Formats: sequence, structure tokens, C-alpha cells
Amino acid sequence: MERSARPYLDSTMAIREELGVEFEEVQDWNCCGATEYWSVSRLPAYALVGRNLALASQQIDGTNTLVAGCSACYLNLSKTDSYMRKDEQLKSSVNEALAAGGLSYDPGSLQVRHLLDIVVNDVGLDAIAEKVVKPLTGLRVAPYYGCMVVRPDLDNHYSDHEYPQEMDELLKVLGAEVVDYPLKTHCCGGHMTQISEKTAYEIIRRLLYAAEQYKADVIVTLCPMCQMNLDAFQGDVNRMFKTDFHLPVLYFTQMIGLALGHNAKELGIGKEFIDSTGALAKIGVEVPVPEKKRSRHRRDDPSLPMPKPLEKPKPQGEEEV
Amino acid sequence: MTTVSDRTVGAFPEEVAPSKTTFLMDVMRATPGESRLEMCIQCGTCGGSCPSGMDMDHTPRQIFAMIRAGMKEETLKSNTPWFCVSCYYCTVRCPQEIHITDIMYSLKRMAIEADLFEEDKAAGFSQSFVGHVDNYGRSFELGLATRHYLRHQPLGLMGKAGFGLGMYRQGRLDLTPQKIDNIDQLKAIMKKANELEKAVT
Repeated sequence: MERSARPYLDSTMAIREELGVEFEEVQDWNCCGATEYWSVSRLPAYALVGRNLALASQQIDGTNTLVAGCSACYLNLSKTDSYMRKDEQLKSSVNEALAAGGLSYDPGSLQVRHLLDIVVNDVGLDAIAEKVVKPLTGLRVAPYYGCMVVRPDLDNHYSDHEYPQEMDELLKVLGAEVVDYPLKTHCCGGHMTQISEKTAYEIIRRLLYAAEQYKADVIVTLCPMCQMNLDAFQGDVNRMFKTDFHLPVLYFTQMIGLALGHNAKELGIGKEFIDSTGALAKIGVEVPVPEKKRSRHRRDDPSLPMPKPLEKPKPQGEEEV
Repeated sequence: MTTVSDRTVGAFPEEVAPSKTTFLMDVMRATPGESRLEMCIQCGTCGGSCPSGMDMDHTPRQIFAMIRAGMKEETLKSNTPWFCVSCYYCTVRCPQEIHITDIMYSLKRMAIEADLFEEDKAAGFSQSFVGHVDNYGRSFELGLATRHYLRHQPLGLMGKAGFGLGMYRQGRLDLTPQKIDNIDQLKAIMKKANELEKAVT
């Protein structure tokens, strides 16, 4: 979130005070392994995540909640904790590996949750509703959860595997018009864009097509990978399928920020590949777009020393042909 | 636990000697927890739900039939597990509650281990990713993309330059890898984990 999903971090930090949430970053965390590490190793993949869990439980003070903003990180942390609880053999193997680094983790001692869960359940929709000063009235939003947050949902945090309502309710409370997006938990393809463009772009195309059909102005997401796939590759999808999608993709934290009265810049809006200016103008938000470089070949540039053709004076009384 | 035959779920992989295990048993043993793979009724829900199923050599359902038929080589050569996007649709919809996605991960690992995989791009991508994490503790997108494209699609790198530049301009791309402070600790943990893994398989 510090780098490729910077807007997600910026917007989360911008709204945390009003929401009354305090975050303490786990020091020296390592990569969760995404889907790649698990494709190559079994126990080492668990140990990799185990280190994060162990460090978090060591550093944590006054709470036992571990929050992840990224869906893949959330799933890996949650899966590791859950399987270590259910499988004695795995628990002892992972702890044996962690011991080599002077660490250990007691599965179940941390509650692993996703940021959306914290906002909707811990902060509460009522509390957020009270703080809304600029409701997103008139903005049609398509809530896009992606796949990993609601599936497999080993600890039953969400209302449904395929048709959850948490983000829908949140966006309603912010005043937006929530579209009944049928592909709200359909996978974005993850890293498939690097493996098989044909497959990946078709998956992304479906998501964009559905949002367009339902006349959404903005797609709201909660995962950096989803945001990147739908936003950064929208141009490529348009090129491959000769479509003309123009759907900005924003994070739910950015939407909360807008409703709470923050300006677009501090929420990291304006950094997307697909311009959100048009959509956000509907709710009166100005997006800071970087100034485009002036082209050197502007014919109507008055500063060029080109003489204008002389104008013939029109004779009086004659009609224009 | 229902007993389908002599071999009860969870019991047989440990009770059967390594030299006598079937491919089915190997896959089940490689999957954490209780995979329930032998419960498959070939209903096809998994194949129908899969977002990338149309580009797979074999749908998940076909793969399970192949595993149960002992077709080790064909299964591990198939691009199926590599096209799995880990969306878990199959897992939550399977009427027999089979841990399909976890099995797909097992197949990927087994394909690398047996060196039978033919889907080079996906396997290579994963291995490059793992290499960065092992050395830095963090992923390194620029290095990953460069390595991946140079190896598999050198001309494609030009097409991605615009994307990379866009990300860099927005402050969303590191030019050099980030390293965690206690990388030695991570390396020690991973070394031990790898030793333990080898002891089991």
C-alpha cells in the first residue's frame, strides 16, 4: 500500500481520525506470498505468513485485531491462522520453522480482518452516517468486492459468499445510488494479465461491461489488485475488444473520504489511469489532474509569427452568399 | 467422516506406504487439511463456475477425473492449475465441499517438483516472484515484470513500458527493490521450513 496502492493508503490515513480508528503498522513485515508463493512451496509459504502473524502478535498492544487492506494479504493471513488452528501437524511444523528465527505464533490469538470489516462492523454505519457532510447524492456506484474477501471466508465474517451487502450498505449510508451489480464478487483475474492476456482481459471486460450496462458512474473496490486490473488495464481491454469503456475505479476509503468532506487530492484521487473527473463532477468534486504538456504544433496558437490572410472589406448592401 | 471404502478420509495417506500410494493419495497428502477429493461426484459445477475455465486444457472436473484415474503425467502437464485465479467460486459451490482451490495449489507444486509443467509463463512468473521474496522479504514489481517479459515475451516489454511509466509517474512503482530489516531472520525461518518440507515429501 505504500507504493503501488498509494491512494488506498492515503485515503485510509485521511479518514482514520474521523472514524476513530488507530492503526499501528507491523514493523518489518514481509510479503504475504500472494498466490505465487503457494504455487511453489507448501510449508515455506505458511512459514512466510507465519512470520507476519508472529511479529504482529509480538508487537501488538491493547488489541488482538490484525487488519489487512489488501484482499490477498488478508486471505493468506486468515488462511494460515485458520489452518494452523485446525491442523495440529501444520501448527507444530510452522512453529518449528518460526523458531529458527526466534519467533512463534499461537493460532487464534489474533483476529485477522479486512479493512472493510473494521469500517462496517467496528466503526459502524450509524457512526459514519453522522459524519457525512457531503453526501454522494446522484452518483451511481457499483460495489465491487472481488473474490478473496468473501471467499472462502473461513471465519464467517461476511453475509454471503457471492452476494454480500456490507459495502452496498456503506455506500448507501454515504448517500450514493448503489447499483445492484451482479458481478460484485466475480474475480478480477489476479495476476492473469501477466500469464494470459486473452483470459485476463476477457475477465476484466465482463466486469466493466456489467458495470456499464447498469449505468454505474464509478466502480468502488476494496482490493489493490482489483483496482489495478480494472483501472490500469482498461485501456488494453478497450484496444483488444474494440470497446469504449470509461469507468473510473476508486477505493471505498476514497468514497468515505469524499462524503466526509475531504478534498480529492488528499485522498489520492487523480492518480488513476482512467480519469475520474467526469464522474466526480456529478457530485461537485474537483479532481486534481496533472497539467497536460502543450503540444508544439498548435495551429491556432496566436504566438506563432504567421501572417493572417488579408480580409477583403465587404461592400455595403451586398448579401452574404 | 463417512467411510467410502476401506480407506477412510484422512486415514489412508498416512497408513499406506509411500511406494504404494496412488496419484490420488499423493495429491490429497500434498493438500493441507481434509481435501475431500475422493468425494467428487463429477457434477461439473466447478468447471462451470471457473472464470478462466474456457482457456484451461482441462476443466477442474476433468482434472479430478484424471487424478482419480491415476493419469499423473497428463494432469501435471496440464495448464489447468496455472490458470486457476484462486477465486474460490468452485470451493464454495462444490456440493461435496471439496477444497478445490487448495488442490490446484498442490498440483502446481507437484508439477514443479516433478518438472512436468508445460505452462512456462505461469510457473516462471511464480518462481521469479518467490526469488524476490526470498532475497528481499518483499516483492519487486519492476524486477518481476522485466524478468518475466525478457524471458517469455521480449517484444511485449515495449507494450508495457507505457503502463510502467504511468505507474512510476504516479509514485506507484519502485525502481529498486525494498528490503526488510531482518532479512536474515526470514531466511533462517525459510531455510528451516524448506528442510521440514523435504523431510515430509
